[in-house]
Amino acid sequence: MKLRARAHCFGDDINTDYIISSRMKATSLDLDELARHVFEDFDPDFLNRFTPGDAIVAGDNFGCGSSRETAPLVLQRIGVSAVIARSFARIYFRNSINIALPALICDTSGIEDGARLAMDLKAGKVEDLDHGTSLQCEPYPPFMLRILEDGGLAAHIRKHGSYDLEKTDG
Amino acid sequence: MALTLAEKILSRKVGRDVHRGEIIVAPVDLAYSHDANRPMPMELLATFGKEQVWDPARYVLCLDHYPAPTSAVAVAHRQLRDFAERQGVRLLDVGEGISHTTLSERGLASPGDLIVASDSHACTLGAVGAFATGVGSTDLAAVLATGKIWLRVPETLRIECHGSFRDGVTTKDLALHIAREIGVNGANYMALEFGGTAVEALPMHARFTLTNMSIEYGAKTGLVPVDATTLSWLSAHGSARTEAFGPDPDATYARVFEIDLDRLDPIVAAPHSPGLSRAASTFEHVHVDQVVIGTCCNGRLDDLALAARVLKGRKCAAGTRLYVTPGSRQTMAEAAASGVLGVLIEAGATIGTPGCNGCVGGCHWAIPGDDDVVVTTANRNFKGRLGNPKAEMYLASPATAAASAVLGRIADPRELLESRP
Repeated sequence: MKLRARAHCFGDDINTDYIISSRMKATSLDLDELARHVFEDFDPDFLNRFTPGDAIVAGDNFGCGSSRETAPLVLQRIGVSAVIARSFARIYFRNSINIALPALICDTSGIEDGARLAMDLKAGKVEDLDHGTSLQCEPYPPFMLRILEDGGLAAHIRKHGSYDLEKTDG
Repeated sequence: MALTLAEKILSRKVGRDVHRGEIIVAPVDLAYSHDANRPMPMELLATFGKEQVWDPARYVLCLDHYPAPTSAVAVAHRQLRDFAERQGVRLLDVGEGISHTTLSERGLASPGDLIVASDSHACTLGAVGAFATGVGSTDLAAVLATGKIWLRVPETLRIECHGSFRDGVTTKDLALHIAREIGVNGANYMALEFGGTAVEALPMHARFTLTNMSIEYGAKTGLVPVDATTLSWLSAHGSARTEAFGPDPDATYARVFEIDLDRLDPIVAAPHSPGLSRAASTFEHVHVDQVVIGTCCNGRLDDLALAARVLKGRKCAAGTRLYVTPGSRQTMAEAAASGVLGVLIEAGATIGTPGCNGCVGGCHWAIPGDDDVVVTTANRNFKGRLGNPKAEMYLASPATAAASAVLGRIADPRELLESRP
């Protein structure tokens, strides 16, 4: 799976309340409505700068806080192609993989806002085309990569009957 | 190889010794969802190709995040009630209380259990020696469909506590101190294991506050070894267990933190992160518009009683509002019977429906105005979390919160506690 994207850079500890406020999910899920409020409290101008297909690039602990799955869901809805971070909060990380929104872990400190990126998910590589640098990502456990490739956890379990761990390196 | 408490619990679930870094699939003892989860569980169960949850006795639906539902939420509540009835699963309806608080009170969490909930503060139940962890809606639906969850066995960060709290200092202050010491990402993907003579001396309500905050450091779960205190509390709450257990004595840890409780002061976390913690007294210039007491962090009877101890015979400062929500109907009843509730009301408290009031803005409870300063016993203070991004939230213990309500500014509770039994 290869992607090209433009980077939107954030710092550390971007929590799920910043991604989508809790007051926004009181109604039954309307992702198009929620999509209008992404990063509203934290970076009100974000949606003006964002183009579908762009990537979010962050520091440590991206997605910390609440377990709300609406956080990666709204990012996916607005067209985020991937989130690349130095580290992820684990509930968010699992949620992202479960809905098949790629989440990549690598040293993002050198990536600048607006940089053009090329990502190879299977090889676990992020190329910063502006700087001509190549970053190696932390490899997914094979089982997680399979969930991504199957199109998310629900598709994975429908396909295999349960969690397909047979090829995992434990 | 010697096992940490997390490894021991997961090993028992899987039927063989498992160690940090391994990926396992384990059977779940208890799963629970909340009315805040979107997509809702019945929508997701269908995407897994299932119509029936794997074991109705092991699943609870909790309507705790919207104790004052809007008309839109009321529609969702009805859908969830219908789903619970169709599935034959237990429902905690509006007003029963916060999931983590209420399920533990009803003896539904036991030592050695693997508990999965679609709320990040599921880690609270680690205080009874259960591996309890929060997940998103899809992961929870996978549990409903299969009865199992996949997990990476975490490394463990051990926190050893010695000494004892001085008067006016509580486990909430300890938890905020830990947030500063290890950072909001310091325990990322790890299990926390609390131990030491001071933890052994903690009553259950204090242990629940400690494990509750584990997620705020990025931890997968927070665990307290099962001892006589745990077993006695469980026995009083309908869960008959007799086996005490903890980590192997020679278990090894990713990190060990030692904390001397004697050296702790009341601590307050500044906006907008639990990690921005320092002594409450350093904030004494900050005027307070609103005080919130409750949440799964500090909504138990002992928390309310501590606030009452500070507030007895006193009133809120003019211009400072006080909102109190007992964590469960049972706590509310006990607070009423014991006179605690009366003290709080007399001091000027507005009492809320048991539930997640004061934690998230979605509750429509105590939402602050622009530029309002709030002192809250909640566990996180991200900008906008209580419903207004233009307000500032400070995290504190029930004692600090109560003292701040009386004085109209952030206050070290010992200013008001010196002469009080």
